[in-house]
Amino acid sequence: MEQPNLSYIHSMSGGDKAFEEKLLDIIKNEFPLEKQVYCTNFEAGHFKATAECVHKLKHKISILGLEKSYELAQAYEANLLESNTKGHLEFEAVLKVITDYLEQL
Amino acid sequence: MNCIIIDDEAAARAIIGQLCTNVEGLDVIEEFPNAIQAIKYLNQNEVDLIFLDIHMPDFTGFDFIETIKNPPKIILTTSDSKFAIQAFEYDCIVDYLVKPITLERFQKAIKKAKSKSVSKQESQQSEKVASSSGNDLYVNIDRRLIKIDIPSIYLVEAKGDYIHVKTETQNYTVHSTLKKIEEKLPNDLFLKVHRSYIINVDKIIDIEDNSVLIKKDVIPVSRSNRPELMKRLNLL
Repeated sequence: MEQPNLSYIHSMSGGDKAFEEKLLDIIKNEFPLEKQVYCTNFEAGHFKATAECVHKLKHKISILGLEKSYELAQAYEANLLESNTKGHLEFEAVLKVITDYLEQL
Repeated sequence: MNCIIIDDEAAARAIIGQLCTNVEGLDVIEEFPNAIQAIKYLNQNEVDLIFLDIHMPDFTGFDFIETIKNPPKIILTTSDSKFAIQAFEYDCIVDYLVKPITLERFQKAIKKAKSKSVSKQESQQSEKVASSSGNDLYVNIDRRLIKIDIPSIYLVEAKGDYIHVKTETQNYTVHSTLKKIEEKLPNDLFLKVHRSYIINVDKIIDIEDNSVLIKKDVIPVSRSNRPELMKRLNLL
């Protein structure tokens, strides 16, 4: 499975290590909260709200260089807006990969 | 050029803030996690450019644009390209950046914002030259065109659909906007210190914190206008 990387962060930080650390700290804080809101909405069957969460998580996915996962999330978001959960398992696998990656940083 | 960032995601605000550090003369003066806070700020302050996320809970970027009067230049930031067509229905939107934003694309957007500023300034300048006749300004009051000696104006205050023009000898209430009269007044003498006030810099009596005393009027100075005011003063 595709793995997160810091190539995007490096490309826009201009070598500013302090900024890179700051951004990763923000992601480490924000991601679990966004993931939690996503899970709550999904379990409650609130598809539109779940799609909003996927939309927000998409940005984190792209920041971490996960290009294929981004496309998957995009398709999943569109499905949710039509009350269709196709792509749910694949998306949760992406969230798991990111969670593991952030924990070992 | 000063700017603010409106995005509910802290990571997005941090990235845009960092990208701004690569552009000389572009200062991020505030960041907001939602549009409502930004609207309150814009009621008191002027900004040149806004980085605006479209997709925010409760109040979207488009709701924000519809709400504010005279929006400054706006660069939209979003994870979706599907709003691009809708975005360009607004004159204030100069560009549309899809996240994740690259440095190269960001710089291109700033270039667009700057070129829009220059062309706007040039057209205002030529309008000013064409319409001014020496030191006089004619205002329409009760279907009469009344001549006002421009250097005698010490304060212009916006009040709803009207402006109060205060001079050494008389005050006038004119159906117009602060923006229109600002375009007619010489830049070297007048300065907009707040969204509701233009002052004649020569008439200042004193300055204290965030206000100036002109005649008997104490006028607020917004934080974003204070540096320009200080620049105009012959400080010891």
